Amino acid sequence: MTADSGASIRQLRRPVPLIDGVEKVTGRARYTADLDHADALVGRILRSPASHGDIVVLDVSKARALDGVVAVITGDDCAYTYGVLPIAMNEYPLARGRVRYRGEPVAAVAAIDAETAERALGLIELKIAELPAYYTSEDARAPDAILLHDNKPGNVERDVHHQFGEVELGFAAADLVREESFCCAEINHAQIEPHASLAEFDPLTGRLTVQTVSQVGYYLHLMLARCLGMETAQIRVIKPFIGGGFGARVEALNFEIVTALLARAAAGKVFMELSREETFITHRARPHTDIRLKLGMSRTGRMTACELQVVQRGGAYAGYGVITILYAGSLLHGIYDIPAVKYEGYRVYTNLPPCGAMRGHGSVDTRHAFECLVDRMARELGLDPFAVRRANLLHAPTRTANDLMINSYGLAECLDRVERASRWKERIGRMAPGKGLGMACSHYVSGAAKPIHFTGEPHAVVNLKLDFDGGITALTGAADIGQGSSTMVAIAVAETLDISLDRLRVIAADTAITPKDNGAYSSRITFMVGNAAIDAARRLKALLIATAARKLEARPEDVECINEVFRVGNQSTLPFAEVVAAALVDEGAITVKGAFTCPPEAQGGKHRGGAVGSTMGFSYAAQVVEVSVDEVTAQVTVDKVWVALDCGRAINPLAVEGQMQGSVWMGMGQALCEETRYLDGLPAHASMLEYRMPTTMDSPPIETHIVESHDPYGPLGAKEASEGALAGFPPALVNAIANAIGIDLNELPATPDRIMDALIERRRQARLARTLKAAS
Amino acid sequence: MHAPGPEAKKRLLRLRVNGRWREDAVSETALLVDYLREVAHLTGTKTGCDGGECGACTVLVDGEAVPSCITLAVRCEGRSVETIEALATQGRLGRLQRAFHEKLGAQCGFCTPGMIMAAEALLRHNPQPTDDEIRAALSGNLCRCTGYVKIIESVKAATETVHDR
Repeated sequence: MTADSGASIRQLRRPVPLIDGVEKVTGRARYTADLDHADALVGRILRSPASHGDIVVLDVSKARALDGVVAVITGDDCAYTYGVLPIAMNEYPLARGRVRYRGEPVAAVAAIDAETAERALGLIELKIAELPAYYTSEDARAPDAILLHDNKPGNVERDVHHQFGEVELGFAAADLVREESFCCAEINHAQIEPHASLAEFDPLTGRLTVQTVSQVGYYLHLMLARCLGMETAQIRVIKPFIGGGFGARVEALNFEIVTALLARAAAGKVFMELSREETFITHRARPHTDIRLKLGMSRTGRMTACELQVVQRGGAYAGYGVITILYAGSLLHGIYDIPAVKYEGYRVYTNLPPCGAMRGHGSVDTRHAFECLVDRMARELGLDPFAVRRANLLHAPTRTANDLMINSYGLAECLDRVERASRWKERIGRMAPGKGLGMACSHYVSGAAKPIHFTGEPHAVVNLKLDFDGGITALTGAADIGQGSSTMVAIAVAETLDISLDRLRVIAADTAITPKDNGAYSSRITFMVGNAAIDAARRLKALLIATAARKLEARPEDVECINEVFRVGNQSTLPFAEVVAAALVDEGAITVKGAFTCPPEAQGGKHRGGAVGSTMGFSYAAQVVEVSVDEVTAQVTVDKVWVALDCGRAINPLAVEGQMQGSVWMGMGQALCEETRYLDGLPAHASMLEYRMPTTMDSPPIETHIVESHDPYGPLGAKEASEGALAGFPPALVNAIANAIGIDLNELPATPDRIMDALIERRRQARLARTLKAAS
Repeated sequence: MHAPGPEAKKRLLRLRVNGRWREDAVSETALLVDYLREVAHLTGTKTGCDGGECGACTVLVDGEAVPSCITLAVRCEGRSVETIEALATQGRLGRLQRAFHEKLGAQCGFCTPGMIMAAEALLRHNPQPTDDEIRAALSGNLCRCTGYVKIIESVKAATETVHDR
């Protein structure tokens, strides 16, 4: 930690470097692949070469007989499915009977070294009787398509039909009704750390320890117990340093379960490191999405009704699919006041790697379509894009049409901030040729108010241990994956107790040591774990104040702790260390627990699927994007981004800025250049060169503005800061391209080929119009 | 049944790693990144891709930034290799390390060692680079967390510290 020279030790609202930052910049941080695995066997996975088919021969006898091979496993070794929702666990760690996508794990080997393991894979005989394979939602839904899963007619995993308010009346009352179709390509998290797991099974004690890249160790713990048929108490899941997640690692992943199965079969330790290609194939990212959106608007820009249809190409297994398709509809709400909304969603099974949760889960493609169409209608009505958004703001506290709670709402200020900072009013309409400005808004939940594994337990629990050294160890199951959540926990505790951050240590995500936590997903940690940490710190503070009061012969209510000194008014004082020593005399080392629970009224509506989208606090963002478009090459350059985010309160402004920039930039990747492509089910994007994420050369300055609406339920007033700004970038970019060259793009990403096609089409239409005019 | 294939031919490699000469028996096909991580136990250098695409494995060979995942270890015979572990000396963080820490140039930290080594090579050649020169020097190093904004700020901040390395 950098020592602050100032008098106050308070950390809140100061930029605080990450408490584990020194490890990261020195190379000392140990990620899964850095753990000592010298004595471990090497695991490798045999993957299906076919997209869809029945396994007719799977003979591993030659592989098993190879010198140096210790274990070979197949689907026969695990008859239990795994997955996310209890109702939709339809995936085996290794395929049983049928394969449903190219690259699906079929068998696995543990051997003394990588060369032997790879040679063993080559000795496995696999014959597949191929079935028709479907690579688009349309093909999979065709009437004559065979079913990927027998219990899902039409290959639809889940269809959603929601209606809130009088939609037809709303359209009838509108002055302008427009309907458009949008298409957003499938993308991938592409976190820089490839997947890896280190599993150790001790045959003498029957215990299993797995160190792995999981964002939610507790889910993996449950799935390991299920798939290995083990008692949960015999398992331990530990999170080392993690090289990014973005949703890729919120599910228990097949290779993690396979590594554990191999370790048990080999009665030892197995290290599995996936290649970048395999990491891409493991996937679980944002699906290819087709959207049809209809919107009604009054002359003044008031939205009157909205009708949305979303089709997601989900891949071969359920994963998070049901949640994603529900989010795509529910998060249409919660940002603007729309009186009537109809939503129809279809999650489709296809013969491709399964999609899952990715930053902005479910909301991004819907938001893209919505913010693009709003802009186009504003243009048609002669209204300013900012004015249209302002005409439809919510007023907190309120509940949305689909029964989501809105407790704080800083969107109006976000709009003001980016409008001013970008000098929108002075510049819009006066840009040089080929230059343009575009804007959009977005929002996201601060944690799902109803967790996926709903048990009725508190949403978060944090333990604090105060001991002889005067140090406090915070134990949390929340996984720090680079977003700085452990630093947030330390600040929340130090701030509540008014002690130095140097007294805090945070141990995160080890299921043997830390209390159960739902983990790093849906941007829940600051809100939920932050509240639990503060609750724990308050309990600890009450204990210390009681001790100080006894020593100072005062009433507890008269004692306060300021800058590590307990005092009664200005007279008697006791330093923190003395109070700790006195408190320990009676109790020994002190352990306290804090918890946080979202009340039932926060957990969404009573309609089917109504819990998805529910949260105690939405973050809000507005952004302006400035672009240059070269009409000769159709290349788009993003010159600058201004983004404002209402994160309630910035507990650590440095981390909030970092999250805002990172999320806007990830939105830029999706908008400009990122896209997964398959050729007959074979990934054609599965390297860092083929999957084109922006480099330093493509990345603009991103100016951040933090808006603080002080959420009434957030820890110290805070809400999430990591996802809310992402979804605004793609529409702001497409709106800026429209402003620059007058082309309305309906497909993402906005690659030069797509823009060129649109430019050629425009020229063709113009030529046609001239010809027709001349002829008439 | 099948015996393991013939051992890859090994030879004695002599090179300087982080200022100290070492001699190790190394396979002729071994990559520098695997030598550093598995033989020298310097796991600060990362592998993020299947070869030469992400920059996470960047180290310095005779002061030049090199992707160690597409460099044969035996190519470094007699040469000087520097990794992230070399930059903190005498109990102090290097200037880039301190700047990346304080300015949040590292979030998940996985690209950070490679990013810092690429920046280190730049600053040794060009102590006062412009923003464009920083962007160009780091263009082969991918980061998925930061949007590069705070990385570029970190490198700039490091150029302002002139006293230590």
